[in-house]
Amino acid sequence: MSEAASAYAVETRQLSLKFGNKLAVDSLDLNIPRASIYGFLGPNGSGKSTSIRMLTGLLKPSAGTAIVLGQTLPGDEEKLRLRIGYMTQKFSLYDNLSVQENLDFVARIYGLPRVYARGRRDELIALYELKDQQKQLAGSMSGGQKQRLALAAATLHKPELLFLDEPTSAVDPENRREFWERLFDLSDNGTTILVSTHYMDEAERCHQLAILDHGVKRADGTPQALMNAMNAWSVEVSGDNLRTLKAQLEKTPEIVSAAQIGARLRVLIHKCSNTEQPLLWLQQHTGQRELEMVRPNLEDVFVNCTGTHATQNNRHIPPSTQGADYVE
Amino acid sequence: MWNRIFAIISKELRQLSRDRMSFGLIVMIPLIQLSLFGYAINTDARLLPAGLLDMEQSSYSRALLQAAEASQVVRFEQQYFTLPEAEAAITRGEVKAVLYIPADMDGRLQRRTQPGTPVNMTEPIAQWLVDGTDTVVAGSIQGLRNMPLDEIRDQAFSLPVPTMEVVQYFNPEQRTVVNIVPGLLGIILTMTMVLFTSAAIVREREQGNMEFLITTPVQPFELMLGKIVPYVLVGMIQIAIILGAGNLVFDVPIRGRLDYLALAALLFIFASLTLGLVISTIAKTQLQAMQMTVFVLLPSILLSGFLFPYEAMPVPAQWIAEVLPATHFMRMSRGIILRDADIFSLQFDALALIGFTVVGLMVASSRFSKRLN
Repeated sequence: MSEAASAYAVETRQLSLKFGNKLAVDSLDLNIPRASIYGFLGPNGSGKSTSIRMLTGLLKPSAGTAIVLGQTLPGDEEKLRLRIGYMTQKFSLYDNLSVQENLDFVARIYGLPRVYARGRRDELIALYELKDQQKQLAGSMSGGQKQRLALAAATLHKPELLFLDEPTSAVDPENRREFWERLFDLSDNGTTILVSTHYMDEAERCHQLAILDHGVKRADGTPQALMNAMNAWSVEVSGDNLRTLKAQLEKTPEIVSAAQIGARLRVLIHKCSNTEQPLLWLQQHTGQRELEMVRPNLEDVFVNCTGTHATQNNRHIPPSTQGADYVE
Repeated sequence: MWNRIFAIISKELRQLSRDRMSFGLIVMIPLIQLSLFGYAINTDARLLPAGLLDMEQSSYSRALLQAAEASQVVRFEQQYFTLPEAEAAITRGEVKAVLYIPADMDGRLQRRTQPGTPVNMTEPIAQWLVDGTDTVVAGSIQGLRNMPLDEIRDQAFSLPVPTMEVVQYFNPEQRTVVNIVPGLLGIILTMTMVLFTSAAIVREREQGNMEFLITTPVQPFELMLGKIVPYVLVGMIQIAIILGAGNLVFDVPIRGRLDYLALAALLFIFASLTLGLVISTIAKTQLQAMQMTVFVLLPSILLSGFLFPYEAMPVPAQWIAEVLPATHFMRMSRGIILRDADIFSLQFDALALIGFTVVGLMVASSRFSKRLN
């Protein structure tokens, strides 16, 4: 390992996993800096959970290696147990134990000294606002409370690296905001956090992220760099008969996608020789309707990278090379 | 390591105490099974429905009928007048047996009582037509073959003296329940121990708890041990319930030493629990775990000697029985409870159970890996 490598909490080289004939994760290369929040963004079945499970040692990769906190996987999983925390997608603590009992159990499993464990438990119960629920059985709590309990359990032993697999899927927006505040606190204290999500607003909060699709990393970088480097124009069209226009545009090869947002149609146009003047080019299809160039957002990046349209178009349009890495 | 094992044990006990259904089953399964088996399983049939085909219609034939009924083996419910009619009734299942009294019964009786007739020259005076499909029923009626005739003619018939005398040790009244209760220990423990442990681990996997647990420092061996120890306690409680109720309600004697019995039970409980662990490493869902438990339970009921004597089974069936922990425990529990046997005289069975546990733990630990794939 080189000197520079120690700046990363996680590095993977060609990490792959095959389930039967299907490649769930295909040659994943990642560099996750220490003390950052790193996001995995992708649709269901894109390999987010599988990647996390390989990095926690739950799944053995069929090819490639990962260096997690200096330990090589597969092989050194056991050395990592005390240094990583894992919050599963599904609530994985015990429904018929109370908040306190669940945390006490986890503390004993991690071998924390009794007095320290009690203090740490009460600290977390206060931090994650579970004071009123501490004697309540976990099974009877709301989605947000369960999620905070799960985060408390995953961070009880102060792990250096925290894996969160779709942590906010069962949580309302207000709780999600709160939850992200807690994540930034943890990150501020030096914890590296790897979080998977399919929410754009959450992905946008990450320091860096990787977009996964069908087990392949399509792009990675900071959200800003990804938006800047996108090889498509974002244009919004307003006018009549947007549904008809949408159907018509989707048949055009240069159009990545057309999605209606309220009274406007958001159109992604591939950057290629035909579309060097995107507004003029689009005018041929939209006629009298009003056009406006807009700042690309993360959803545009995501749509541009994933889905059937993207793979089709990526084949004959070379990826942009500046800023973020695009991977085919 | 011990800290983690105790953490799992106390968590398991706490969960068990909150699971009212499981807790109820621990107590109710032994009680219900005990009353079911204790009252229902009886190998001496009583008051079987029978028919009469009396061709003689004399005072003698009526006396014979009364004598047969007085034995309490049969209860005459129907009367038939022709042989085909009687046979049809047996076919229909209306009666289990028909007593056929021939028209010359009186003459046969006369000849039999004539002095000087050698025993081997005598002919039967009547005939039983029996539905022989159920061997227990057939056996009971067979017992009526040598019914004494004294009451019929108010005179003593010289009965042949038995060649050998039989002395019944341990169960002189020949009550089936005496043999059933010690055996029931093995059956109920097989049922609850195997099912509880296999379900306990599979449930953690099904509900996703395992995914979290295996990213912690907990080791497979610690998890296994922590999971089975609470059920040892459960098993001992069940034994106390069965033996206590068996003794109080069914008057089953406990002749042997309780510490020997506890030792034998512990060995068996551990063997059953490891069997449950092995199942849990194979089954993917709780339903599969249940099905596999039944797969073990049925041969344990049928081949272990619980219902049918081990010695009466064909040799290949005996081999199968030998690999079932229940068979070995059945011998030990009956030996200790009923015959006051020394545990050292049962050492082969004790060693078999220990061997079973060791092999089971090795198989389970090697099959359980801290991975999902």
